[in-house]
Amino acid sequence: MTKIELTVDGASVFDDVEPRMLLVQYLREKLGKTGTVIGCDTSNCGACTVHLNGRSVKSCNVLAVQADGAEVTTVEGLAQDGKLHQVQESFRECHGLQCGFCTPGMIMQTIDLLNENPHPTEEEVRLGLEGNLCRCTGYHNIVKSVLHAADQAEGAHA
Amino acid sequence: MTTTQERPAEQADREIGKDRRRKEDQRLITGRTRWTDNITLPGMLHLAMVRSPHAHAHVTSISTDAAKASRNVVTVLTGADLAETQGVLINAWAITTDQVTPTHLPVAIDRVAFAGEVVAVVVARSAAEARDAAELVDVEYDLLPAALDLKEAAAATPENGGALAHPDLGTNKSALWIFDSATAGTGGDVDAAIEKARGDGIVIEREYRQQRLIPAFMEPRSTVVDPTGEQITMWSATQIPHILRFALAATTGVPESKIRVIAPDVGGGFGGKLQTTPEEWIVFAVARRLGKPVKFTETRSESLMTGHHGRDQWQKLTLSAEKDGSVTGLKVELLADLGSHVSLVGGGVPVLGAFMFNSIYKFPAYQFNCQTVLTNKTWTDAYRGAGRPEATYAIERLMDELAVEVGVDPFVIREQNWITHEEFPFTTVAGLEYDSGNYEAATAKAKEVFGYDELRAEQKQRRASGDQVQLGIGISTFTEMCGLAPSRVLGSLNYGAGGWEHASVRMLATGKVEVVTGASAHGQGHETAFSQIVADRLGVPFEDVEVLHGDTQIAHKGLDTYGSRSLVVGGEALVLAVDKVIERAKPLAAHLLEASVDDMEFSQGRFSVKGTDQGLGIAEVAMAAFAAHNYPEGTEPGIDAEATYDPVNFNYPHGTHLCAMEVDTETGAVKMRKYVCCDDIGNIINPMIVEGQVHGGLVQGIAQALWEEAVYDDAGTLVSGSFVDYLLPTAADTISFEVEHTTSPALTNTLGTKGVGEAGTIASTPAVVNAVVDAIRHFGINDIQMPCTPERVWKAIHAKDGAGDKPTEGAAMPHFSESEPGTDSTEGAAQ
Repeated sequence: MTKIELTVDGASVFDDVEPRMLLVQYLREKLGKTGTVIGCDTSNCGACTVHLNGRSVKSCNVLAVQADGAEVTTVEGLAQDGKLHQVQESFRECHGLQCGFCTPGMIMQTIDLLNENPHPTEEEVRLGLEGNLCRCTGYHNIVKSVLHAADQAEGAHA
Repeated sequence: MTTTQERPAEQADREIGKDRRRKEDQRLITGRTRWTDNITLPGMLHLAMVRSPHAHAHVTSISTDAAKASRNVVTVLTGADLAETQGVLINAWAITTDQVTPTHLPVAIDRVAFAGEVVAVVVARSAAEARDAAELVDVEYDLLPAALDLKEAAAATPENGGALAHPDLGTNKSALWIFDSATAGTGGDVDAAIEKARGDGIVIEREYRQQRLIPAFMEPRSTVVDPTGEQITMWSATQIPHILRFALAATTGVPESKIRVIAPDVGGGFGGKLQTTPEEWIVFAVARRLGKPVKFTETRSESLMTGHHGRDQWQKLTLSAEKDGSVTGLKVELLADLGSHVSLVGGGVPVLGAFMFNSIYKFPAYQFNCQTVLTNKTWTDAYRGAGRPEATYAIERLMDELAVEVGVDPFVIREQNWITHEEFPFTTVAGLEYDSGNYEAATAKAKEVFGYDELRAEQKQRRASGDQVQLGIGISTFTEMCGLAPSRVLGSLNYGAGGWEHASVRMLATGKVEVVTGASAHGQGHETAFSQIVADRLGVPFEDVEVLHGDTQIAHKGLDTYGSRSLVVGGEALVLAVDKVIERAKPLAAHLLEASVDDMEFSQGRFSVKGTDQGLGIAEVAMAAFAAHNYPEGTEPGIDAEATYDPVNFNYPHGTHLCAMEVDTETGAVKMRKYVCCDDIGNIINPMIVEGQVHGGLVQGIAQALWEEAVYDDAGTLVSGSFVDYLLPTAADTISFEVEHTTSPALTNTLGTKGVGEAGTIASTPAVVNAVVDAIRHFGINDIQMPCTPERVWKAIHAKDGAGDKPTEGAAMPHFSESEPGTDSTEGAAQ
């Protein structure tokens, strides 16, 4: 077992974990952060995407021990004082989700994408979400949600 | 005759038709979800499955000692250990009385029939420890010949030495199902029509492959069983909690009243979770045996390998027509791969397509026969569209081929043969009565939005200039039958259950409304759309309606969600229940207002006395019913109501889909340039949700055309067994769509709605392949086998210079042996 100490969604946590435990397992099984989900076993689907020190990672691709000392944000930590993050709002506004299983990963990846490129074209959005699979929406409304979030952020800054 | 409607202005403020944002989303976008795998119960144990790596083998020994000695392992159980309690898996739809149906055990005993079948189960304190220990279970196998290729399996007999999926059955043939319009009295003799056309008309003969697909819902299946209560509770990632409870009770001996099944948040299904699975039966049996809560969640690899697959047919098709292109007959001969077992409704899937090959066209004669075949592969069952995509693909591909033969635009041949809007209601050659539709209107709108004429002009120009990138235009004027289903019809098809749906409306004392539906959503947005229906009809605020579903203790009656049925069957049950509430409330309102029942009117949530300003809101009546201080003599207090609706007919959405594909003739790469669809699904409750259903459906259908295929190797191992190998499209592979509607309300339900869940998938596959073939037809190509990969396209184009004259794989074989060569298509065949 290895001791780790990190910040998850703003709270500091301390645990003994097996060295082989994945970050996503740690979040779900140890912390009960079940908003982050597991959709595959080959790092293809992106459903488990979280932010590690502000950048998106597939949390099935990171060991819990690698997150020692890091700051982790999951979909559960996005809303501030009861106010949803703009990307969450945009997914609801544009019907960017159906069953919702891929949604936490899509939202986390979108935030990272927009941090890097606040004014993406449709093509840049599509390429930026290539590592996240959705089976319900055909991506049409997910792309629309991302572009909507970019527009809203632009409007807020204007 | 069908009148296609515009939405009247006075409906603008009605709940029905509004783009309501979804009630479901708040929890889904914040991670406050209840997936089955999230559930953790005190003392809960975890399962891991030991699965056969072999497609067909005798199990000669299983050594569990090392696994049992492993840390935190509670027990290891084999099929023999569970034989008394595990029950069997049911086939609910024997399509013929003599169907050959192998026994389907949750954990195999002695013999395995597909790679992935469970042979032992490890129970441990954590999932990781269970998986570790599963690696230590030592199973010895004695390999048997595996039946893998569909055509070879169909031809195998004990005499010819062909491999049998289940040697004890003596055949791989499960059932032969036939419909003949001459016998049914719905049309003429198809063989006579074809014979005549061979003399003085046109006969098109083709063979198409419906490749095997994997539903690939995003949430892997998961099951938790808690046996510690008075009832045994099962949570499962399923589309069908009610059917699941019935089947558990029917096969395990546990009384139905002692089983509660809950489908919490369910992450997609697409038919893939319309199943009763070995894993559910195993978790149920192990939890009962140990008296502890038990969980099993599959890995993605397990999901792709052992969750049921879809499609997998060879279609032999013969279409006859007059010289001018008027169709005279259609003969369909199918081989359908069931995989190793006849699953819940697996045998019936091709039968759902039997009524749809004639589609929107007026065929005077029609014959359908389907041979279902057992093989040593994962079992097949419903996948979005289930039988209808296969039928639609075949007919829409054939209509394009007929247009080429006659030498006219593919729309001309369709218009010449389709049912005109004046002809509804129309009884088809397959015996269905189409209630409404307007193919002309949907086509006109789609063509206009698409810019059909301009794109045809560009195509001509590119052909003329010999452009490396050629343009193809694909058409699909589809219809489907959905809203499963009239119970009597299901009975006549030997299906094991009915097709009704149940709803109840509970009027709470505070004016809020609880609505319970037997439909079981897994992404469709029922909580929102059903709230709109109730708010609209009962005149209460949208926000005041709470929709409850997916728990057999709350929704005690139901037949769940599949076959585009939830709105058109479940929604109609809801309408009936709301109307009963109003009927029950009326005498109470009259009593409270001291008026005659005959003078009461109900509008926008309010009872009023005709010609006065006296009235009571439905919430006030609900409160009065709750208090029960003052109600008419001889009545019961309470205005709650429930209703069961059994549909009188299927319904028949239709639409015109247009796809423009660019094909690089040097590389074989295909690229979608534009996709426009105009669907007619009757009246729409929530346009935003409907468009979302269409988008998702389109991509699943497009994916069949271009990318997806479940591939087995010669040993019967699934090669495409992970998301690395099974090509699910990403955002980067797809484009944005233009989705339009025309409205021909259904005449068989109050809301005038038609199903939409499967429409996009049913329609889009042939539109895409028609476009790919259209782009390169001038190379002498009349077919590309799906998925139309760059390799297949390139080989087809370059067949003439000898580079692509060999099929890419064994499955791409020529026509059934008795057919004449040269009259049909093989992969990339030259005309």
